[in-house]
Amino acid sequence: MTSGNPWAIEAQGLTKLFGPRPALLGVDLRVPRGAFLSVFGPNGAGKSTLIRSLATIMRPTAGKVMLEGLDAARHGGEVRRLLGVVTHQTLLYPDLTAQENLEFYARMYDVPRRRERIAYLADLVGLEGRLDQVVGTLSRGLQQRVALARALLHDPPILLLDEPETGLDPQAQGMLGDLLRRVDGQERTVVMATHSLERGLELGDRLAILVRGRLAYESTKEALNLEALRSTYRHLAAAGE
Amino acid sequence: MRGFWGKALAIAWKDILAEARTKDMVLSMLVFSILVIIVFNFAFESSAEQTAQVAPGVLWVTFTFAGVLGMNRSFVQEKDRGCLEGLMLCPLDRGVIYTGKMLGNFIFMLLVEVIVLPVFSILFNLPLFAPRLVLITVLATLAFSTAGTLFAAIAVNTRARDFMLPILFIPVVVPVIIAAVQASGLALAPGPGEGYWSWLQLIVVFVVIFLAVSFLVFEYVLEE
Amino acid sequence: MEKGLTVRDRFGGASLLTGLNLAMMVAALYLALLWAPTEAEQGNVQRIFYFHVPLAWVSFLAFFVVFVGSLIYLWRRSRWWDALAHASAEIGVVFTTLVLVTGSIWARPIWGVWWTWDPRLTTTTIMWLIYLAYLLVRSYATESSQGARFAAVLGIVGFIDVPLVALAIVWWRTLHPGPIIPQGGVDPSMLFVLFFSLATFTLFYVLLMMGRVRLRLAQDRLEELKYQRMQGD
Ligand SMILES: Nc1ncnc2c1ncn2[C@@H]1O[C@H](COP(=O)(O)OP(=O)(O)OP(=O)(O)O)[C@@H](O)[C@H]1O
Ligand SMILES: [Mg+2]
Repeated sequence: MTSGNPWAIEAQGLTKLFGPRPALLGVDLRVPRGAFLSVFGPNGAGKSTLIRSLATIMRPTAGKVMLEGLDAARHGGEVRRLLGVVTHQTLLYPDLTAQENLEFYARMYDVPRRRERIAYLADLVGLEGRLDQVVGTLSRGLQQRVALARALLHDPPILLLDEPETGLDPQAQGMLGDLLRRVDGQERTVVMATHSLERGLELGDRLAILVRGRLAYESTKEALNLEALRSTYRHLAAAGE
Repeated sequence: MRGFWGKALAIAWKDILAEARTKDMVLSMLVFSILVIIVFNFAFESSAEQTAQVAPGVLWVTFTFAGVLGMNRSFVQEKDRGCLEGLMLCPLDRGVIYTGKMLGNFIFMLLVEVIVLPVFSILFNLPLFAPRLVLITVLATLAFSTAGTLFAAIAVNTRARDFMLPILFIPVVVPVIIAAVQASGLALAPGPGEGYWSWLQLIVVFVVIFLAVSFLVFEYVLEE
Repeated sequence: MEKGLTVRDRFGGASLLTGLNLAMMVAALYLALLWAPTEAEQGNVQRIFYFHVPLAWVSFLAFFVVFVGSLIYLWRRSRWWDALAHASAEIGVVFTTLVLVTGSIWARPIWGVWWTWDPRLTTTTIMWLIYLAYLLVRSYATESSQGARFAAVLGIVGFIDVPLVALAIVWWRTLHPGPIIPQGGVDPSMLFVLFFSLATFTLFYVLLMMGRVRLRLAQDRLEELKYQRMQGD
């Protein structure tokens, strides 16, 4: 896309107020193309708000989001094509089957050769034989797999994930990294909010800690091991209380 | 433009698909309609000519409230698992989402009316399928769907999602209710029915205005 | 926001106008109740029109301001325009209520009923309901900026809808003729009182708006300060 611009995601002064209470306060964030950023933070720190603002579902009170050099507020349509999003909720219609859900969304994203793409993704996330089942009757973990497949339908260059490991069994969690980064040829840019320091450290090459809506800490993976991350996190979270 | 309609129809279609599986919405609207008609029957001691007078009113009270019930449900379903957000994430013009939901609501209401109208005309002993009654029913239902879809999207996002829709919807559709009742009365009465076409025009104007305004403001209803 | 100002300072600018308006109110009362000639057919009841008509005018003005404020709010997202629309809706609803009450008081001796489905009365009632919904949708919103957005949508849609409501109701009532307002020649001194009263009430509206918008913004500020205080501890 914009070859001169190395940043897939740029947020400047991102602020979201709920009444007087800031859920995000002046967050500046830059994620280079192909990077994997893990975002940690205590409950209510603003992780979901960050993901949702980057995903253009939430309009920030102040600040700006640029995705692949495009201003998200002005180029909604183009920007949304670049994004695959997993949120706290599955975004699936419980009365439709997994197949129908995926076909519907594939249509919305103009995915070519929908059936093949869906079959391929179902295979990837491990949904063999479950596509014809009504989503409402799938277990939470299986629903999460469908939600992941949904986010990957249009092979988006940017993935925004809010606790994607919700409900997944250890095996599925293990393949998460593989799944998320694999794209034909180039690598995806990923932002993942998670409570699992281990998983975040394992998958991410950059780490960030949000405390009370502020970006309290940023680092690259090389600078930290799990112990150091744990103590930093504990320290920051305690300071935020 | 083909993309627009293709996607709007896909949105309506997935509502139809889900409804075909559960039959929740149509069934509850149907039972509700029949109940209203029966209750009205008790409320009015009906001699033949009295019946003819109150019938259009009963009919549209029924359709108004049944419509509120159905349209609310259609958005509660979108909201429950965050599907409305799923739609917002898609690279769609907001007008497509509006049109899709509106078409779905329109179709469900028509479906209910197709069943209720014959029951109604049997219970009230009125002429079935006067073509002008059918025409006004279709148009007024379209008008209900245009305004109702906009307000249902608002109502479902408030804390009072159960009773916000009628409060928003009913005062605004007063012109449609009046026009529909009057025109239905004229359609059912013998004779040429002076004024029928003016009422029809009023509804058409309402539809055009609400389509235009909803297209412009729906974006603000959906964003967070 | 300026820190050093006290409440008194902030309202200082308005106090001159407030005094003027108060004097006008008293004058309007005198003019309407004592000075204006008694209408030949209706008698003293007609004097309520010197309040009824200005109240109705202010209601329409208020809802027009809601419309404009809503449009600009959605466009610019400035809290000020939202506060303006909100305040105007509140005042509009209160004034519309008074319009209905004064209309009712007038109708009782003249038409012999408290209430009739007269086109204007009915339209006013529906309008009242629309803006009541406007206030309700705010109080039931999950969060204030969401309430502002939803209300703005209704502020726009409602205003566009009112002429359609009026049209439908007028057509409907001409099918079922209702009572007709007696026609009489209008005395120039009556007109003078009416216009004086119109000016008084319009200024009253402006003053109420200024106070209400200020109050609302001050409330925001208070919330902010409370929050900061909480953070400090
Ligand atoms: N719709 C809303 N209305 C009011 N406040 C909200 C809303 N959504 C979020 N908040 C507040 O914003 C803050 C950040 O919430 P957010 O969901 O982003 O936290 P989080 O880091 O994702 O937490 P968790 O780990 O529990 O998922 C919280 O204080 C929350 O209460
Ligand atoms: Mg969260």
